[in-house]
Amino acid sequence: MVSVESLVLKYGARTALDRVSFEVREREIFGVLGPNGGGKSTLFKVLSTMLEPTAGWARVAGFDVERQAAGVRPRIGVVFQSQSLDRKLTVEENLRAQGHLYGLRGAALADRMEEVVGRLGLADRRKELVEALSGGLRRRVEIAKGLLHRPAVLLMDEPSTGLDPGARRELWRYIDELRRTQGITVLLTTHLLDEADRCDRLALLHEGRLVAAGSPAELKARIGGDVVVLEVADPAEMQQKLEARLGVRAAARNGSLRVEIGNGHRFITEVVEAFPGAIQSVALHKPTLEDVFLDETGAAL
Amino acid sequence: MTGFWLPVATLWWRDLLRFWREKARVLGYVGSPLLFWLLIGSGFGNLAFFFPGALVLTVMFSAVFSTMSLIEDRREGFLLSMLVSPAPRSSMVLGKILGSTTLAWIQGAIFLCFLPATGYAPGAAGVLQAVAVIFLIAFLFTALGFAIAWQMDSTQGFHAIMNLALFPLWLVSGSLFPMASAHGWVRWLMRLNPVTYAVSALRQSFERQAAAATPAFSTSLIVTACCAAALFAASTAFAVRKSARSFA
Repeated sequence: MVSVESLVLKYGARTALDRVSFEVREREIFGVLGPNGGGKSTLFKVLSTMLEPTAGWARVAGFDVERQAAGVRPRIGVVFQSQSLDRKLTVEENLRAQGHLYGLRGAALADRMEEVVGRLGLADRRKELVEALSGGLRRRVEIAKGLLHRPAVLLMDEPSTGLDPGARRELWRYIDELRRTQGITVLLTTHLLDEADRCDRLALLHEGRLVAAGSPAELKARIGGDVVVLEVADPAEMQQKLEARLGVRAAARNGSLRVEIGNGHRFITEVVEAFPGAIQSVALHKPTLEDVFLDETGAAL
Repeated sequence: MTGFWLPVATLWWRDLLRFWREKARVLGYVGSPLLFWLLIGSGFGNLAFFFPGALVLTVMFSAVFSTMSLIEDRREGFLLSMLVSPAPRSSMVLGKILGSTTLAWIQGAIFLCFLPATGYAPGAAGVLQAVAVIFLIAFLFTALGFAIAWQMDSTQGFHAIMNLALFPLWLVSGSLFPMASAHGWVRWLMRLNPVTYAVSALRQSFERQAAAATPAFSTSLIVTACCAAALFAASTAFAVRKSARSFA
């Protein structure tokens, strides 16, 4: 549904996207994960036909975003990170204006409004002014707006921004349901690990480059086994000792040592016995997307 | 066709609705030119002469300042959803411009209610003609406002530019002194100033006879209409041109 090939985008001398390529399949929930400033929003703007690529190409729902923007626009639902509602209008008036921009009118529009409003739990809010709504409700209106014209692809830029955990769960339940019942394809950007974990597949974006892609499980499996974090008094010294005595490579970060290892339990026993008294604390966890990101970029999310 | 006119209609309606919800704005744009007119007109003992100019000032203020909503739309993000929608850019521009034009037109028409106080008696035909001319003037200033607002990020900057450019244009438009009494280069300035033609077209809807050294009604109308069309074309060209900054 979405294909991106060698996409480059430059703002003057600054390269925001550097030869990014990936593919999103139909009915997939695809996440673009990366720190703020990593190029996610730029990618979002290219896919929603707001920015033209400097080089390479992107296709959405079978149309080229640059040369066939008119084909892309009716087929995408766009949910912006920033608000795109008219605060002085009611929920219903906002939706109606949106419908008109997409050529929907009369009974067909009324039906669609009925449906999205019902689905997003906004039925009793439809006459309220947007400026009177809470942040979570406004976001729901944004999503309702993006879905009004039954897009094939829903593009969402940081959809959880400003949502409390309850509203975030609600949003995800709804995304899952949309995919199940309407076969919609979703592409979203995020810098939140728990959100990325819920995607079918991910692209990790760092400094404009795609550093890894795959399902969350695949990405974590690359690390294999466990991650052990050691707190020691002198990380640099311990790093050398670990390598010399146990043949284990550790990465130093923020005063602690991070070791990726097949069997974490055994390693912990070994390391504690080998260096009695030198270790202040030991922690073991299964690899997270944060670890994957660290591994691929050397930078934290 | 619905693909073009439906967005035009919805954006037009949206501006009217927003305006209706902030009724205080109506008073603002009609109020100060009205006061201005009463003071200057009474001071000179000639309410009639200053009437067309004051009316143009009302229309100018409200047309230009309602196009400020474009900057608000950009800041609040509403512009983004218009730009990623399949609605043609030209329909978007026309919808926004017609919305602000209508608002300015309504305010001009409110000002027109004070016509009896001037002693002008143009008859029903003259009033209708004035109403039509006011619409054209409203469109002219709205299109100008749109073309400038599209380039701006802040309403303060927009205010500054409009004050700097518009008020002087109005001063030398035949609103305050007739062209016949102007000397040398100021008369040339008046002749080159598009607002002169707008004021002249309106004045001649009230007066049968064109004053000395002023352009004929037909000339005034044609110049005003051409300027309005040119500014509309420029606005559309700006909106169609794809640039990173329109999405900043």
